[in-house]
Amino acid sequence: MFEEVGRTETGDLIINIGPQHPATHGVLHLVITLNGETVKKIEPHLGYIHRSIEKMCESLTYRQYIYVTSRMDYLSSHINNHACALVVEKGLQIEVPQRAQYIRVILDELNRIASHLLWWGAIAMDVGAITPFFHAFRERELITDIMEETCGARLTMNFMVPGGTMMDIHPDFVKKTKAFLNFFKSKLPEYHELVTGNVIFKGRLEDVGVLSKEDAISYGTSGPVARASGVSCDVRKLYPYDVYSQINFEEAIETKGDCYARYKVRMKELEESIRIIEQLIDNIPEGEFQAKTKAVLKLPKGEYMTRVETARGDLGVYITSEGGTTPYRIKFRSPGFSNLSALDHMVRGSKIGDMVAIMGTLDLVIPDIDR
Amino acid sequence: MGFLADYISTVYNSVKSLLIGMKRTGYYFTHHKEIITEEYPDNRATLKMADRFKGEVIMPHTETNEHRCTGCTACELACPNGTIKIITKFDITPEGKKKKAIDTFIYHLELCTLCNLCVDACPTGAIQMGQGFEHSVRNRADLTKVLNKPGSKVLEGVE
Repeated sequence: MFEEVGRTETGDLIINIGPQHPATHGVLHLVITLNGETVKKIEPHLGYIHRSIEKMCESLTYRQYIYVTSRMDYLSSHINNHACALVVEKGLQIEVPQRAQYIRVILDELNRIASHLLWWGAIAMDVGAITPFFHAFRERELITDIMEETCGARLTMNFMVPGGTMMDIHPDFVKKTKAFLNFFKSKLPEYHELVTGNVIFKGRLEDVGVLSKEDAISYGTSGPVARASGVSCDVRKLYPYDVYSQINFEEAIETKGDCYARYKVRMKELEESIRIIEQLIDNIPEGEFQAKTKAVLKLPKGEYMTRVETARGDLGVYITSEGGTTPYRIKFRSPGFSNLSALDHMVRGSKIGDMVAIMGTLDLVIPDIDR
Repeated sequence: MGFLADYISTVYNSVKSLLIGMKRTGYYFTHHKEIITEEYPDNRATLKMADRFKGEVIMPHTETNEHRCTGCTACELACPNGTIKIITKFDITPEGKKKKAIDTFIYHLELCTLCNLCVDACPTGAIQMGQGFEHSVRNRADLTKVLNKPGSKVLEGVE
């Protein structure tokens, strides 16, 4: 896109950030119109990591298509897999055993903690602090170890299957998860010491990139971005799936809508995730980890839709079935895409340095946006 | 005077917040006993991956060179990427009957996404996930592997 570098007729400077730039957290390409240091317009160019996952899924069976979705939002791959398993279960009306539901929710929340930890390290690095990144990865490493032991992989687990989970949990799973929670709870105050109260960090985030409640709704944002603007949109609370309806947890909501509010929402979600796991980890019921399903899954003709709450927001999976072994059409409503659409509105009028902080608090995962 | 008090308290709180953070960083600077990083490849001799770690698909053989694969191609059908290709043949049993058996079990490691679906689908437990992860080779053709060993046959009693 070299022809876009230059000046407009009014003398505004046009610069490109990305697709290979550390501030964009992936292969996102932003064309920014600048007046001095003030951003006048921002235009995201997508497609650099488009793998046509939706089209690929049309040629895969209902067991096979789940592994591809780990590659969408790779930081919350369990939750993506969970959504895909849920939609097939909904279509075939499979009763998932209690044990499987408990394991799924625990893994989902562990995954959410891992995702938020990576984000916490990354946002601190975006605004200039390097140390928090190492703190976050020290804790995240323990989660990936748990994942490696139980699921066999660290990032793209492919552990959820229609009807439950692929394997039972590892015998050490409960012990290690409890040890992690205790360790993590002792480290969370350090996070607040290091970053939350820091004057430079607050100066970079407070009153920056304000998104009002009305705009948050009209741009279709979801997850922590919308909740920081005061929109109650937690799918786990509003449309509970699996055992979320039996769990006592709070939806993290802030009203200010600026970058610091989004930061606080995610930090609160870390604590809520700990609470959810603590309620479940001691009471995993005995029994089957997978429901008995047919060898070949065929969804009845019709349309099916489920939503789950990933670490980034509301992920919807929509399947149109013609009654065959593969979906006729599949559509993923990814949270990152809608959250990115609000970027232009939030950045307009602020300085180019703030753009990095705003992008950081949106927590974009580019493969989730492009699919 | 209000302005001055505000100014001083802002400076005081700012410096305090910085010092709290510096204290935390200083603590770790002087307490670096816990090493959490893996010192790979220096620790290759002692490095042990988790039992379930998905490194590659392997087919375990017994000491008498027997495996458990009957050639039912369930794994081939379960694979989303066409990683597995099974070529079957017909053995003649001592009673003179024809029996289906595998000739070659071809495994394309370069196509494999290690999703575990083939292992899940296998009715006889013939294939497993191996823990090996050092897969770099000089030649791309080396990534195409034949999993059944030469001269091996199916274990007695596995149907």
